[in-house]
Amino acid sequence: MTRGSDAGTHCVALLGNPNTGKTTVFNKLTGYQARTGNYPGVTVDVLKGDLKDVPGVQVIDLPGTYSLAARSPDEMIAVDVLLGHRPDIPKPDAVVVVVDAANLERNLYLVTQTMELGIPTLVALNMIDTAKSRLLAINMRKLARILGIPVIPCVANQDKGTTRLKVAIQKALDRGVPPEPPCRFPTSMHAAEGRLREDLAAAGIPDVPEIVCRRTLLDFGGEAEQRLVKAGGYKVESLIQHARETACPEGNGALYSLEAETRYAYIDGVSAAVLERPPGNPRVTASDRIDHVLTHRLFGTGVFVLVMGMVFVSIFEWAAPVMHSVDSGFASLGSWVHTWGFLGSGALKSLVVDGVIAGVGAILIFLPQILILFGFITILEDCGYMARVAFLMDRLLRWCGLSGKSFIPMLSSFACAVPGLMAARTLESRQERLVTNLVSPLMSCSARIPIYAILISAFIPSVMIFGFLNLQAFVFTCMYFLGIAVAIPVAWIFKKTLFKEQARPFLMELPPYKIPSLRIVLARMVERGTSFLKTAGTLILAATIIVWALSYWPSGSSTEDASTRVQNSYLGTMGKVLEPVVEPIGWDWKVGVAILASFPAREVVISSLGVIYNVGEEEGAGGLGAKLKNVRFESGARKGQPVFTLASALALMVFFALCCQCASTLVVTWRETKSWFWPALTFTYMTLLAYFGALGTACLVRWFGG
Amino acid sequence: MNMKPAKAIASLADLAVGQRGIIRSLQCAIPLMQRLLEMGFTRGASVQVVRFAPLGDPMEVRVRGYYLSLRRAEARQIRIDPETRP
Repeated sequence: MTRGSDAGTHCVALLGNPNTGKTTVFNKLTGYQARTGNYPGVTVDVLKGDLKDVPGVQVIDLPGTYSLAARSPDEMIAVDVLLGHRPDIPKPDAVVVVVDAANLERNLYLVTQTMELGIPTLVALNMIDTAKSRLLAINMRKLARILGIPVIPCVANQDKGTTRLKVAIQKALDRGVPPEPPCRFPTSMHAAEGRLREDLAAAGIPDVPEIVCRRTLLDFGGEAEQRLVKAGGYKVESLIQHARETACPEGNGALYSLEAETRYAYIDGVSAAVLERPPGNPRVTASDRIDHVLTHRLFGTGVFVLVMGMVFVSIFEWAAPVMHSVDSGFASLGSWVHTWGFLGSGALKSLVVDGVIAGVGAILIFLPQILILFGFITILEDCGYMARVAFLMDRLLRWCGLSGKSFIPMLSSFACAVPGLMAARTLESRQERLVTNLVSPLMSCSARIPIYAILISAFIPSVMIFGFLNLQAFVFTCMYFLGIAVAIPVAWIFKKTLFKEQARPFLMELPPYKIPSLRIVLARMVERGTSFLKTAGTLILAATIIVWALSYWPSGSSTEDASTRVQNSYLGTMGKVLEPVVEPIGWDWKVGVAILASFPAREVVISSLGVIYNVGEEEGAGGLGAKLKNVRFESGARKGQPVFTLASALALMVFFALCCQCASTLVVTWRETKSWFWPALTFTYMTLLAYFGALGTACLVRWFGG
Repeated sequence: MNMKPAKAIASLADLAVGQRGIIRSLQCAIPLMQRLLEMGFTRGASVQVVRFAPLGDPMEVRVRGYYLSLRRAEARQIRIDPETRP
């Protein structure tokens, strides 16, 4: 066997079904030293770490999968890594398949596939305690003998068996002997694989591994087939077609199910030999009893509303004080730096204070929410409740192209779209992930609150309507519902126009409940937090600095008056160009400039309006509302009339409810989709919606005599 | 795929909560069929309906000793022989 690419280092890959405790095994093997890998074109993470106490062995944690049959580039990652086809990861010298002992049959499916790769394979039989509690007795020696590979029992979350696993890994690396393929496919299948391999070589695609030929023949429309067709065109298509016709003695129709029938026939034999089940009906476990309540029509829905309410309130309320102190901390840092002499009073000082410090502050302010949200998500995922959330919500979200799994990203987006977008990563359907990414920013996030609050308190009278409802609170609530009401048809339109592919089946395992591991929760919070700061941070900072530069020059330091400087800046010029566009809504060009300046983050519009309309520091945000009431058009047909009326103020709120003036959202969308197309689409459609929404609102209010 | 099944053949979606069936065939498009197959829905395997979600869809079934959620539309494409309860 070939060894890892670096001399002296070995590489072990961890593979396994979802919910088998693979991450826990990985953490125990490496001592929580995971490094996330980000790979172009895919959204799944491959974790890397070094085997603890054993120098020179690298461990790679592959994404959880039920099968090596890949139907998308994301699913192909595992196969590519195992075959050594990724330049950034050495070819594994051994594979550990983590198997859920309580769920032997389905897990053995992946084991039999892995054993055909020609790599030394081990089975880590995890969660044997759960299997025992269900009175399942597994004869592990017999299992190892039948499979012909080492089987190591473990309870990874209690650190049982992991030392034996390490020893077994070392032994397997030393021996380097790959296992015998366990399942017998018909000879016609082997012949067809060989023929396809030769035909492909003759057609100019040499050295296709046998396993890739097998996957090409077996996975109809799968990733292996698509890649070959992409490389060789219609000629390859007919070669594959031809090979398929002869692969199965019973004809093409039987080839669809050949793999599963062959493997499960073998697995049924293994299971009969090694597994003893209690007689009669399966035992009702604690998990079954919990599920009986949590998915109950009445109680289940009640618990669901409570849990989700708690998540929502916590990302809102718990994060608020921290966010506030981050915000004021950076503001005071800014004013403190402002007093420094050695930065001078020119561009450098402005860059540091208004560009860098404000920019870093705008990034860090999201961190508390991201940490809290991912803490909750990991707890809910780890204990098994997340799958039930998707189960409960699927019906409601289905018809607009989403599934139950989109619920959490959408809910999170009410606090902030950034953690919401990051949470959408767990959706395995590309269509669903993209639609969720596109509509999540429509949910009214916390950055809109200051805008709503100031404009509502200044322009909406605080009166009771229908005898009990405060009109201000009512308008505030309406702004929240506006986002949801718009998101539903938008999601539906995107589903109908952008994605012709059929919706992916909603096959989702409902794993047994378990107590979440604090270390995993903390590790994931740290991992998500740093990954956000690292990648998004640089770009958001860059966007902030660009907007700062546009609002600073060409006047530069020639004027001390911030209002004049902004008005004469490049941004100001752009605002004046925009005047005919915003004029029908009833705004003057200064509002246009404030909107442009708020591109890095929505809440910036408040300070921009303050600067442009010359609101002094001492008047503060509360003074802004009062000041806006007195702003009048300086020129044009409406000269002397107030700019901010009920119509134009409501229009501004609607604009900010629907627009995507948030560099963080766009950067994170780019990072999650690995393409500039999706953030560009998000920005374009939301800006158009915002503009026409604002225009419609202004016209409507004026028509009603507002 | 044939959407109108013969009356005699039941689908997984027709079973009541707690009822079991033996899988006869999968009458669906190839991608879904291959997904179901690798998840253990092979001919002759036993499936039991565990519950339906509060809004009546999706449903939860037990197959090969584990629990899986799938939509009724998908379950309708799984032909089964209902087991008479012992």
